[in-house]
Amino acid sequence: MSVRAETTGQLARARPRAGGTGSLAERQNGLAYALLAPALLVVVLVAFVPLFQTIAQSFTNARLASARPVTNVGLKNYTDLLTDGGFLHSIIVTVEFTILTVVFEFLLGLMIAMVVNSNFRGRGPMRAAMLVPWAIPTVVSAQMWKWMYHDIYGVINDLLVNRFHILSSNIAWVADPATSIPAIAAVDIWKTTPFVALLLLAGLQVIPSDIYEAADVDGASKVQQFMRLTLPLLRPAILVTLIFRTLDSLRVFDVFYVMFGNRQDTQTMAIYAQQNIVAFSDLGYGGAISVAIFLVIGIFVITYVTFLKVETT
Amino acid sequence: MDLEQRADRRGFSRRAFVLGALSATTASVLAACAQPSSQPATSAPAAAQPTPAATKPAAAASPAAAASPAASPAAAPAASPAASAVAKPAASPAVAAASPAASPSAVAGGAPAFTINNPPPVASADQAKQFASQQVSYYGDSVGLGHDIDTALSNRFTQDTGIKINLVPKPASATDTFAQYQRFFQGQSPDLDVLMIDVIWPGSLAPNLVDLNPKLGDAAKQHYPNIIDNNTINGALVGMPWFGDFGMLFYRKDLLQKYNIAAPPKTWDELEQQATTITNGEKGANANFAGFVFQGNAYEGLTCNALEWLASTGGGTFMDESGQVTINNPQAAAILNKVRGWIGTIAPRGVTGYQEDESLNAFNGGNAAFLRSWPYVWGVVTKPDSVINGKVDVAPLPASQGQPVGTVGGWQLGVSKYSKSQDAAIEFVRYLTSPDVQAYRAVVGAYVPTIQSVASRADVLQIEPFLQNLQNVQRVVRPSKQTGDRYNEASTAIFQGVNQVLNGQDAAQVLPGVQQRLQRLAG
Repeated sequence: MSVRAETTGQLARARPRAGGTGSLAERQNGLAYALLAPALLVVVLVAFVPLFQTIAQSFTNARLASARPVTNVGLKNYTDLLTDGGFLHSIIVTVEFTILTVVFEFLLGLMIAMVVNSNFRGRGPMRAAMLVPWAIPTVVSAQMWKWMYHDIYGVINDLLVNRFHILSSNIAWVADPATSIPAIAAVDIWKTTPFVALLLLAGLQVIPSDIYEAADVDGASKVQQFMRLTLPLLRPAILVTLIFRTLDSLRVFDVFYVMFGNRQDTQTMAIYAQQNIVAFSDLGYGGAISVAIFLVIGIFVITYVTFLKVETT
Repeated sequence: MDLEQRADRRGFSRRAFVLGALSATTASVLAACAQPSSQPATSAPAAAQPTPAATKPAAAASPAAAASPAASPAAAPAASPAASAVAKPAASPAVAAASPAASPSAVAGGAPAFTINNPPPVASADQAKQFASQQVSYYGDSVGLGHDIDTALSNRFTQDTGIKINLVPKPASATDTFAQYQRFFQGQSPDLDVLMIDVIWPGSLAPNLVDLNPKLGDAAKQHYPNIIDNNTINGALVGMPWFGDFGMLFYRKDLLQKYNIAAPPKTWDELEQQATTITNGEKGANANFAGFVFQGNAYEGLTCNALEWLASTGGGTFMDESGQVTINNPQAAAILNKVRGWIGTIAPRGVTGYQEDESLNAFNGGNAAFLRSWPYVWGVVTKPDSVINGKVDVAPLPASQGQPVGTVGGWQLGVSKYSKSQDAAIEFVRYLTSPDVQAYRAVVGAYVPTIQSVASRADVLQIEPFLQNLQNVQRVVRPSKQTGDRYNEASTAIFQGVNQVLNGQDAAQVLPGVQQRLQRLAG
C-alpha cells in the first residue's frame, strides 16, 4: 500500500507542470530558437528577399538602368507570357531534353552502378575514373564537345566517316535542327551518368547481400531477384536521383548556351529567362518568366513525390 | 602499451599526411599564381619576327569576341553588350594575347619606331597639367596585350601630366562588361571615369555619359564620320573612337592562282563561282573542303554578316536613320535566299552554328578558300606556325551594288556622367584617341585606326598591309542608335530570323515576321 502511494507521489511530481517556465525541455527549446535565429535571418535575407523582390518585380515594367519610372502593370506580364510563342516553345524544348536525358542517364547509371557494385580487381580506380566527366566544368566540356561535333574538323565526323565508314559524309550535328537536341543530350548524358551512377551505387551498397543468398536458395532467377529485391529496396535512392536529375535538367543553361547560344529553336526556359533579364534588361517580364519556370518545376516535383511516395515508417 | 603505441603512430602519420597535403596544395597554388605574370615577360619582343606577321589577334573583333581556344571560359557570351546575351563564347582575342607583341623596330621613312614600352608623349600635356590633383579610374582592355598597352599609356600620361590613372582591366566578355556598366550606372557610382564602349552601346548608355563635343569636338573631326555619327546620340558625342574593326574577306591567294582566277571576287555571284570552282577541284584531295565560311550562328555576329549582305545588294540596313524598319524588301529576301542556297554547296552545313573561332579554325586549317571575318584574323593566319602562312590575302567583301561595305566593329572611349574628375578624364581620352597614340597602337597591337591619316602611314601599313586595298570600304553601322536600349531585342529579332532562313526557311516568309518584331520595338 504505502509503496504504491510513494511511487504515485513521485510520478506526480515528475510530470511536467503545464505552463511552467522552469522545465528543462522548454528552456532547451527557447535556447535552440535563440541560437538558430541568426542563421535563419541570413537565410531569409539571402534567399527570401531576392525571391520576393523578383515576384514583386514581375508585376511591374521595370528595366535595368533605365530612366523611365517603374509602374505597376498588374498581371500583364503573365498574360503576355501565356501567348508568348518563344516561351512556350522553350518549355517544350526543355521537357523534351529532360525526358531524353533522365531516361538514358537513369538506365545507364543503374547498369554502371550495378557493375561497379560487384567485386572485381581495379574497382577502386574504376570508381575514381568513372567520375572524371562529372568533374570537368560543364562549360569546358561543352566547348570541347562543340569542337568534337564540328562538321569540318570534328573528331566524331572523322571517326564515323573516315575510320569506321559508318556514315558516307559529315553531318553538322550542332547546326542541323534534326540532330541538335540528340547531340546535346548526348553531351549531358556523358557528363551526368557518373553522378547518377554514384547516387545509385550509394543506394545499392546499403542493401544487405544475404537476402540474395536467401533468394538463390529459394530458386529465384537473377532477373527475378533484380525486380523483386533490388528495385524495391533501391526506391528511396531512385527517388532522390530522379528528383535531382529532373530538376537539374529542367534548369539546364550552361551547355545549351555554349553550344547553341540564343538560337530560337533550341532555347530552354533558363536561356529564355536570361535573354530577357540580361540581354534585354527587361526585369519585369524576366521576373514573370522566372516565376513561371518555378511553377513548371514545382509541377514536376509534386508529380514525383506523389507517384513515388516513400512511406516513412 | 601496445595500443597506445599504435595510436601514437597513427596520430603521427595523420599529422604527416595533413602537413604533406597542405604543403603540396600551397606549392601548387603558388606555382599557378606565378604563371600569368611570367607570360608577359616571356612574350616580350618576339625577337626577330620580321614583318607584319608578328601581330596577334589583339584587334579584338568587336561584337565577335572570338572565343579563342586558349582563351577565356567559353561561357562568356560574346559580343554586344546586351547583345552579348547573345551567346558568344568569349571574349576578345586580346585575352589570348599570349602572343608577344611584335614590335618592328625598323620602319622605313624616318617615323619614330614604336615599341610597346615607349608610347608617344602627351601632346596636350600643358592643358592637362592643371587637373593634376584629380585621379581617373579607367576601365580598360582585358588582360593581355590590350592591358599591357593600356598600362604603358597610363604610365606615360601620369609621367607627363601628373594625373594618376587607376587602371582596371574590363571582363573579357562584352556581355559581362555591359552588365557591369549597367550596375555602375544604376547606382550612379563615381568609381568609373573613363570606360571602353562597344560600337553598339552608345544608344543605350548615352544617358549616363558625358557629352564630349565641347572639349573634343574638334579632335573628333579627324575620325571617320560614320563612327562619329554612330557615337552621337541626340546631338551629344558620347564616345571617341578608340579602334575600328570592320568585316573583310580573307582568301587563299595560292588557290586562286592554282585555278587561274585573276582577282578576288567583286560581286557575290563571282564569289559563288570562284568558290564552286575551287571546291570542286579540292574536294578530291580534301573531302571536308569548304568554299566559303562565315559566322552563321544565331548571335550578334550574324547581325553583322547579314548587314553586309543587305547593304551590298541594295537591301538597306535593317532600319533607316529615322528609325523606319526597312528589312522586309525584295532585295533583302533575294540575297538571304541566295546565301541559304550556298549552305551545303559552297558553305558547309555546319556554318549556321559557326561563330568567329569555328570559322577561323576551318580557314586556318586549310579547309576553306574564303573567310569573312574581322581584322584580327590577319595576325593569326600570318603566324609562322599557321598552315596557311604566306598564302592569305585580304579583299573587301563583294558587293553587287555600289561600294563594298563592312560592318563597323571596334570600341570607343567614353566618360561617365557620375565621375568626380571629368576634366582629367576628358584629357586622358584626348590623349588616348590622338593620332600618335592610334599609330602606336596600330603598330604595336595591330589595332585598326579610326583616323584616315593614321591608316595611311607607312609603319601602320607595314603591320596591316590590308588597310591599303580596303581604303574605299564603306563602313556600315548596325541600328543601335535608333533602337537605344532596346538594341539587343532588335538584334535578336534580326539574327534569329536570318538564322531561320539559313537553316532552310524562305526569306520572303520570315522577313515580315522580323519586320513586325522590329516595328514593335521602334514604336
